[in-house]
Amino acid sequence: MRVREIHVGMIEDAVKALFLKANTSIGQDIYNALLDMRDKYEKSPLGKDVLDQILKNHDIARDKGIAMCQDTGMAVVFLDIGQDVHLVGGLVEDAVNRGVKAAYDEGYFRKSVVDDPLFERKNTQTNTPAVIHTKIVKGDRVRILAMPKGFGSENMSALKMLTPAAGVEGVKDFVVKTVMDAGPNPCPPTVIGVGIGGTMEQAALIAKRATARPVGSSNEDPRYAQLEREILERINSLGIGPGGLGGTTSCLALHIEYVPGHLAGIPVAVNVCCHACRHAEVTI
Amino acid sequence: MIEAMEIKVPMDDDLVMRLKAGDRVFINGDVYTARDAAHKRIIQAAESKEPLPFDLKGQVIYYVGPAPAPPGWVVGAAGPTTSGRMDPYTPTLLKLGLKGMIGKGKRSQEVKKAMKKYKAVYFGAVGGAAALLAKSIVRVEKVAYEDLGPEAIMKFTVRNFPAIVVIDAYGNDLYETEPPKYRKA
Repeated sequence: MRVREIHVGMIEDAVKALFLKANTSIGQDIYNALLDMRDKYEKSPLGKDVLDQILKNHDIARDKGIAMCQDTGMAVVFLDIGQDVHLVGGLVEDAVNRGVKAAYDEGYFRKSVVDDPLFERKNTQTNTPAVIHTKIVKGDRVRILAMPKGFGSENMSALKMLTPAAGVEGVKDFVVKTVMDAGPNPCPPTVIGVGIGGTMEQAALIAKRATARPVGSSNEDPRYAQLEREILERINSLGIGPGGLGGTTSCLALHIEYVPGHLAGIPVAVNVCCHACRHAEVTI
Repeated sequence: MIEAMEIKVPMDDDLVMRLKAGDRVFINGDVYTARDAAHKRIIQAAESKEPLPFDLKGQVIYYVGPAPAPPGWVVGAAGPTTSGRMDPYTPTLLKLGLKGMIGKGKRSQEVKKAMKKYKAVYFGAVGGAAALLAKSIVRVEKVAYEDLGPEAIMKFTVRNFPAIVVIDAYGNDLYETEPPKYRKA
C-alpha cells in the first residue's frame, strides 16, 4: 500500500472554499423542498409568505454572494481521513482554522466565537477555533464536510438518556416534544437530525452529521426509515408552520442515524437546524 | 401575498393601538439595534442614572447582530436574532418608553404584560431572511458601545422593512393563536 501525501495547505484552501459556499448558497435539495412547501403543501397564507421571503433571500444571497443569515455560525468541520494519507506541511487543525478565518474575512461573515463560554466571553475575531471531528477511514483520500451552525437552532437542541423500556414510543415522544417546545425559535421549517444509541457524545455527533444528509434521503434500514416518516408527519401536524406563525410545514426533513448501544440505555440526541441548513463538502 | 400597511417609526400610542397581531407591515424610519450585551448596559446605565445611549421614547429596537458590510452594501446580512434572550431586560425598556421590538421567537409572560401596560408591539421578521432584510436597510449610523462589535448599538434607517405584528398591545400572540389552527389531533 502506497501512502499518499496531502499538504495541509490543500485542506486549508478547501475549508475556505466550502465555508464561502455554504454560507451564501443553500443546497439545491433544500431550495427545492422549500419551493414544494410554498407551492404545494403550505396551507397558511402567512406561512406561504414566510416561505416566499426565505426563497427570495436564498436568491439574493446566491446571486450577490452575501451571507444568507447574519449568524454564520460556529464552523463545524468533519474530516474523514483515509488511513493511507500522510498529512504534511503542518498541523491539520491549524490548517482548518486558517481556512475558516480566511473564509469569514473574505466573505464578510459575522464572527461569533467567544474564547471562554462562561466568564469573559471575548470574541476571538476569527470565528475560530472551529469544531473539528476527525475520523480515520479506508483509502487515500480526505473528505471534508463543512457545516456553519447558527445558534438560534443549536440552542433548541436536546439530548436525553432513555431507558430501554421507553423504546420506540419514547424516542418519538422525545423528538416531537423537543421540536414542539422549540416552537418558532429555531427558524422553522427545520431540518432535524436524530442520533440514537452509543454513548452520550456519540449520539450527539451522529445527530449533527444527520442534519447534513440530503433532504429526501431515508435511512437505509427500513425500520428507521419508517420511524423518520412517522416522526416527520407528527411534527408537521403540530401546526408550528414557517417562522412559527402557524401552518402545515414545520419541518423540511428528519434524519435518523443509529449506532449500537448499551444494554441499559438509549441515548437520543436531537440536533435542530434552521431552514438555512448549510453544509458543503469535497473529497480530495 | 397578504396586504401590508406602511408604517412610520418612531411610533406614538395611537399607532401602537391600531396595530393588531397578524398585520403585515412595511416599516419606514429609524430603528436601533441592540442584543443581550447592549441591553445589559442600557439597564445598568438606567439604574445608575447615567445618560442612556439614545432616548427610548417612541423608539423601536431591532434585535440583530449584523454581518460586516461587503463592498456596495451599507450593512451585511441582518436578520433578527432570538428575542427571548432579551426578555429579562425588556420590561424596564418598555417602562422607559420603548414602543416596538423587531425579532423572532417567543416572548415571556412578563414581557407581554409589560407590553400591555406600557403599550408596545412586537414585530416578527423572518429569521434567516438576512440578505433580503439587509436590502431594506438604507443607512447605518454607529450610536454606542462600539467595543461590542456586532453587538454595538447602531441606528438603521429602513425603507419598507417587511415584518409581521406577532404580539400586539392587547396581548394577542400569533405564536399562540395560529399553530392550533393548523394542528391535527
